[in-house]
Amino acid sequence: MSTLDEAIAAASVFAGLSTAGLELLAGCATGADFREDQLLFREGDTAETFFLVGSGRVALELHTVDRGGIVIETIEAGQVVGWSWLFEPYRWHFDARAASAVTAIAFDAAGVRAACEHDTALGYELMKRFGQVMIDRLQHTRVRLLDVYGSVHVD
Amino acid sequence: MAVSTSTEVPVRGAMLPVPHRVTARVQETADTTTLEFESLGNRVRLRAGQFAMLYVFGVGEVPISTSGDHEGDGPLTHTIRPVGAVTRALCALEPGDVVGVRGPFGTEWPLAETAGGDLLLVGGGIGLAPLRPAIRHALDRRDHDRSVSVLVGARTPQDLLYVEESERWAAEPDVEVALTVDAAAAGWEGRVGLVTTLIPDAAVDPATASAFVCGPQVMMTFVVRALLQRGVPLARIWVSMERNMRCAVGHCGHCQLGPTLICRDGPVFAARAMVPLMAVREL
Repeated sequence: MSTLDEAIAAASVFAGLSTAGLELLAGCATGADFREDQLLFREGDTAETFFLVGSGRVALELHTVDRGGIVIETIEAGQVVGWSWLFEPYRWHFDARAASAVTAIAFDAAGVRAACEHDTALGYELMKRFGQVMIDRLQHTRVRLLDVYGSVHVD
Repeated sequence: MAVSTSTEVPVRGAMLPVPHRVTARVQETADTTTLEFESLGNRVRLRAGQFAMLYVFGVGEVPISTSGDHEGDGPLTHTIRPVGAVTRALCALEPGDVVGVRGPFGTEWPLAETAGGDLLLVGGGIGLAPLRPAIRHALDRRDHDRSVSVLVGARTPQDLLYVEESERWAAEPDVEVALTVDAAAAGWEGRVGLVTTLIPDAAVDPATASAFVCGPQVMMTFVVRALLQRGVPLARIWVSMERNMRCAVGHCGHCQLGPTLICRDGPVFAARAMVPLMAVREL
């Protein structure tokens, strides 16, 4: 088993996947390094690759006219970056920028999608796992929307 | 009313404000200020977790937790964010100004009870201030087999408290300080996300760890949930509740939460007593 295979099997998002599923993912994977400040992907571009962060930190950014760039979330080692590759029109909604030097595994999204269409059991498994990632981040975002550290009138 | 003649103000029934003079003022963030006081009468000693009533003459009185040394040997220290008339007046104080202080009040962080195992301290926003005495104590008297993890959430990088002191904490062996903010401008190299996202990676052994949590109630609810998910037993989690306190002596009832009065029975509570009450919307 290569280092890449081991890293994929060890990732919590892929934990417990069938050997065939892990092999398929590994077949779509390559190593990718990013220097600090380098873009992993850019808002509006085709979502043709998603990433598993091996080390370092990735910042998801949204750019606004009046406030400039805003980091809306950071992704740490062991977590996946990107789910727009799963849903039409397969375009990124945010920039992903390396907030530090990043090592990652890059997955060919079209290859993984095709495999999921062919093997629907694998497709369902992956959809459940990415669904869990999405719901976790959605719940965290909802709590942050409360602005709990913002000002409240007390005395 | 009997007036104490000892140098220590009694724990209960401290009804008479003791004049204190501001000796130092630190602007922690754009809106948050730390004040140090010297007593002009009896000494008020606050232990980690306890609070005092600070009285700005002619404006009003508010409960503020200690953010100084655990034993209260150093100057009386409070970190204050302006959220109303009294706290605005406190934040405007300058060295030489005098306020009234009643205290000490309230329960303490269980430092002795939790001394054996790893320690997680989770602070959100101004909630880091009541944890600082516990952090200082944990680092000062640390068994070096013990890991201490300080997890901090804030609104933005500019709202982070005690930045320089946090760097000194993090430089200690087996001490971790992890920060996250809710939002940041591009270029921020730290984490952005909910404070609960720090808990899975915290460098402690949940089998031995205890956790102290302080922050807005909704944040504490999610933090306790994440701690349980990490494997920290509910029996070893404590929270500091600081809502609606007015009289500090259990008479006015403003801070009633179910069967408890926060000022009399808290503000530091075992989470197993508070979690069921925190889930009741009507309270």
